[in-house]
Amino acid sequence: SSQQHQEAVHHCASSRCGEDSHGKLYKNDTETQLYSLKMYSIIHIFYSSYHLWKYTIYDEDEVLLALAEQLGNFTMLVGGPEYVHCLLPPLESLATVEETVVRDKAVESLRKISQEHSPVDLEVHFEPLVKRLASGDWFTSRTSACGLFSVCYPRVSSTVKAEIRQHFRTLCSDDTPMVRRAAASKLGEFAKVLEPEYVKSDIISLFTALASDEQDSVRLLAVEACVSIATLLPQEDLETLVMPTLRQAAEDKSWRVRYMVADKFSELQKAVGSEITKNDLVPAFQNLLKDCEAEVRAAAANKVKEFCENLPEDNREQIIMTHILPCVKELVSDTNQHVKSALASVIMGLSTILGKDNTIEHLLPLFLAQLKDECPEVRLNIISNLDCVNEVIGIRQLSQSLLPAIVELAEDAKWRVRLAIIEYMPLLAGQLGVEFFDEKLNTLCMAWLIDHVYAIREAATCNLMKLVEKFGAEWAQNTIVPKVLGMANDPNYLHRMTTLFCINALSEACGQEITTKQMLPVVLKMSNDQVANVRFNVAKSLQKIGPVLDSNALQTEVKPVLEKLATDSDMDVKYFAQEAISALQS
Amino acid sequence: METTKLPPSSPSSPTTSFSVPSAEKVDGFPRRSMRRARQRRSHSSSQFRYQSSQVELTPLPLLKDAPVAELHDLFCKKLQQCCVLFDFLDCVADLKGKEIKRAALNELVESVATSRGVLIEPLYPEAIKMISVNIFRTLPPSENPEFDPEEDEPTLEASWPHLQLVYEFFLRFLESPDFQPSMAKRYIDQKFVLQLLELFDSEDPREREYLKTILHRVYGKLLGLRAYIRKQINNIFLRFIYETEHFNGVAELLEILGSIINGFALPLKAEHKQFLVRVLIPLHTAKSLSIFHAQLAYCVVQFMEKDATVTEFIIRGLLKYWPKTCTQKEVMFLGEIEEILDVIEPSQFIRIQEPLFKQIAACISSPHFQVAERALYFWNNEYILSLIEENCQVILPLVFATLYRVSKEHWNQTIVSLIYNVLKTFMEMNSKLFDDLTASYKVEKQKELKRERERSELWRGLEEYEERRMQMLTEAARNQRNLQERSLASPRRQLFVQKLPPLPCKAAAPSF
Repeated sequence: SSQQHQEAVHHCASSRCGEDSHGKLYKNDTETQLYSLKMYSIIHIFYSSYHLWKYTIYDEDEVLLALAEQLGNFTMLVGGPEYVHCLLPPLESLATVEETVVRDKAVESLRKISQEHSPVDLEVHFEPLVKRLASGDWFTSRTSACGLFSVCYPRVSSTVKAEIRQHFRTLCSDDTPMVRRAAASKLGEFAKVLEPEYVKSDIISLFTALASDEQDSVRLLAVEACVSIATLLPQEDLETLVMPTLRQAAEDKSWRVRYMVADKFSELQKAVGSEITKNDLVPAFQNLLKDCEAEVRAAAANKVKEFCENLPEDNREQIIMTHILPCVKELVSDTNQHVKSALASVIMGLSTILGKDNTIEHLLPLFLAQLKDECPEVRLNIISNLDCVNEVIGIRQLSQSLLPAIVELAEDAKWRVRLAIIEYMPLLAGQLGVEFFDEKLNTLCMAWLIDHVYAIREAATCNLMKLVEKFGAEWAQNTIVPKVLGMANDPNYLHRMTTLFCINALSEACGQEITTKQMLPVVLKMSNDQVANVRFNVAKSLQKIGPVLDSNALQTEVKPVLEKLATDSDMDVKYFAQEAISALQS
Repeated sequence: METTKLPPSSPSSPTTSFSVPSAEKVDGFPRRSMRRARQRRSHSSSQFRYQSSQVELTPLPLLKDAPVAELHDLFCKKLQQCCVLFDFLDCVADLKGKEIKRAALNELVESVATSRGVLIEPLYPEAIKMISVNIFRTLPPSENPEFDPEEDEPTLEASWPHLQLVYEFFLRFLESPDFQPSMAKRYIDQKFVLQLLELFDSEDPREREYLKTILHRVYGKLLGLRAYIRKQINNIFLRFIYETEHFNGVAELLEILGSIINGFALPLKAEHKQFLVRVLIPLHTAKSLSIFHAQLAYCVVQFMEKDATVTEFIIRGLLKYWPKTCTQKEVMFLGEIEEILDVIEPSQFIRIQEPLFKQIAACISSPHFQVAERALYFWNNEYILSLIEENCQVILPLVFATLYRVSKEHWNQTIVSLIYNVLKTFMEMNSKLFDDLTASYKVEKQKELKRERERSELWRGLEEYEERRMQMLTEAARNQRNLQERSLASPRRQLFVQKLPPLPCKAAAPSF
């Protein structure tokens, strides 16, 4: 039946999309071409799409990208796995174009359909393609080839395997840095599919060469490969085969390479195991934490917690206390705010590792220093991670310093900072407890309701809702509802509207009784407000709280007010009143 | 023999060009802002920390006071003294040492520039070593990754007081009448040149300016390095276009290339044509085109003036990369097209007039008035006007419908009056053709609408066809399942083969 099927495809192609009639289907703009391509996949016109493309009707990169992507899904459409090799020629051409995204997509599709080739087809059709690409004239085809070795290697005969290894070796020392970068980025992946003996004989020398390339953009990619390679080798070989290169990378003269080492530090640590970590990585990590470039220090600071967590347990505490903590202390007063804030986002995690006593003695002073940092992002990062400390020493230890920090952030001149601290309020309230909250933080939460930035008022409203969910309706009735309702008489209409927004948010959490008895009368009274914006927000509020009210209140109190608003002189008020009426009826 | 000479007046006005915000494609560095904390506007490279122990400098006797016999020895000592690096971020550190080095550098510059016979062979490795130690360094991360080259101040190199003198020395060294390329080429090798090229990424425009002149001299004097330099510049550009979109020195490198192209021998080598088609033309896709467009356009026009046959490649290339959404870039493209048309040969013009004027018509109908205006200005250019006139029969039908429509629809009065002028020009050129086109405008319009309708019907037909086919397929699958179930009972029954429905629009295929 696949024969039949192919005939249908041909038929379809020739009858509809012959060379001279494509103008009927395609206008000159890219969007239509894109749409057409998607349709293509539906109507199976693969042959003609390739045909048209060859005659450069499609030279738009966007179109080529879509073509490269679609061709990866065409296996069934060309008649199943036994015909899948028909897809290779167009994908091969696409894998040589200049535009990186198109090429990458073509390689992705080639990798996908390589799995659908039988072992024989793989050797007859796919592997020759890889070879052609690998020995192409222009760098683009050689770059693409790098991504294809690892998908065909496991499934071909040993002679072909030897050829593939040879091609990969050649590309690793290619003249063009673009190709060496592509090879370096696939080195780890290729190592994984190789037999162990070739990892040692081939990959290590390639790895060493790439890691000392003249271009730092190549060297840094070798660091990534280092993780996979180290995982593949037996522990006893690591010291001689991998470590010299890794040590050299950690002290590379280019900050980009050092950055990469810092960024991959946790993976490297896991890959080389605990002995090497103790002897080599600890000093290397110390150096990265003291690096002269802020980028590198920030990347290393980000890894402090993970690195400490993964240290061998037997002398973890000793290593942290004598080697890591002194560096961390220096970073707390770093000159660069990104370094400090990277540290602040993980430093709290050290308390679980070091335990109560060490935390109080050594870490607490650092937390407190960071809580007083000049940069708000640092303070926010500390506050957002309070839960880790809470588990170890309880938050009370911090609360004295926490409060001024929170108050200062709450009043920060930048509204985004205020917004960030509001978002942590429910979490803080949960950890600090209702008493502390009522005493110290409640005023802040209410003050945000009259902030001059709408986004803050909105967040404050949402915050109240979360607090009520946490502390319960009774607490709400006693502490916040009176204050919220009091704002209904404020001379500023924006504040009066805030009352309505709060009611919208709180009614459900507060329940029917509080909503009907306390909130509803205020809302109804506001329907006579002079400002139209307030009045149509009354209509919206009534629509919102309607489901919480009982049907009696709805009929006798809400309905008449909405009907009155529906005859308002302002057209927006009318509109929203009618919306509310119809919503509440259904 | 290829010769090279920087054009006396540089081809372009903007000599300062700075870095671009970039999305690093390959090395994947988060380019988030690392500044703000420090407000200093200068930075220094990571190299300083690698000098383990700081040497105390002691002033040496002056070169001009030295007896001739000791001159070379003293020169050499001074060169070695200048290999010591200083921390310029700490501006009060080791002021005495900094002053000694500055004085020594000044003397070296002076000596190389004015006195003859100083440059003897043993000094070459020492001089190149001093230059390498001072200028070759890993450039630090950009202080301001969201840097707008047209708005922001660039970050300046802190050690410039010394660095400038080192560059000055290097330049005088290369320009000295005593300079012997045959000796220098042992020390100024490929590795040296590669490092030199990497420095073009410096954010400091003063440094790039020196590098530009120096690389130009190196290219001029060391013939063996020429091909290598061109290849490495290619690699830098390709990386910039397809990988990082970030390199500060594109404009400077293009300026050097402008003069290199000028010296190309004829006929052009395949390598040079490939450079034009695969590197120069794709450079037009860069986001930061505005920073180096003048230099790029100069290079492109240089190519055309060398060999007119590349014109078609160039124009088709520009049309391929024509900006879709960025009107600013569109205006730049139009400017470049005008520069090209200014020197185009009429025989080449005929080859590209059709696609070109389709694009120009599209620009005229742009709602952005600057784009439309820039395109309409072509009609103020006498040479272009003469080309249009010669090929009026082809061009007028291409642009007529657009001109006619836009003259009635455009919101901007200036555009409307410019279009009237253009229409008037055409009317004077060929009144017969103009009248014919006016008469057939409505008919053509109707035809276009009809084609559009037919096209959408064709698609609808295909979609319906597909829908029906899917239905049939599911039905067939269901039937087959049923049959299989039944065939358990009566195994001899034949499977029912479902035929595809007839194709919907074979009969109704519109003709045009």
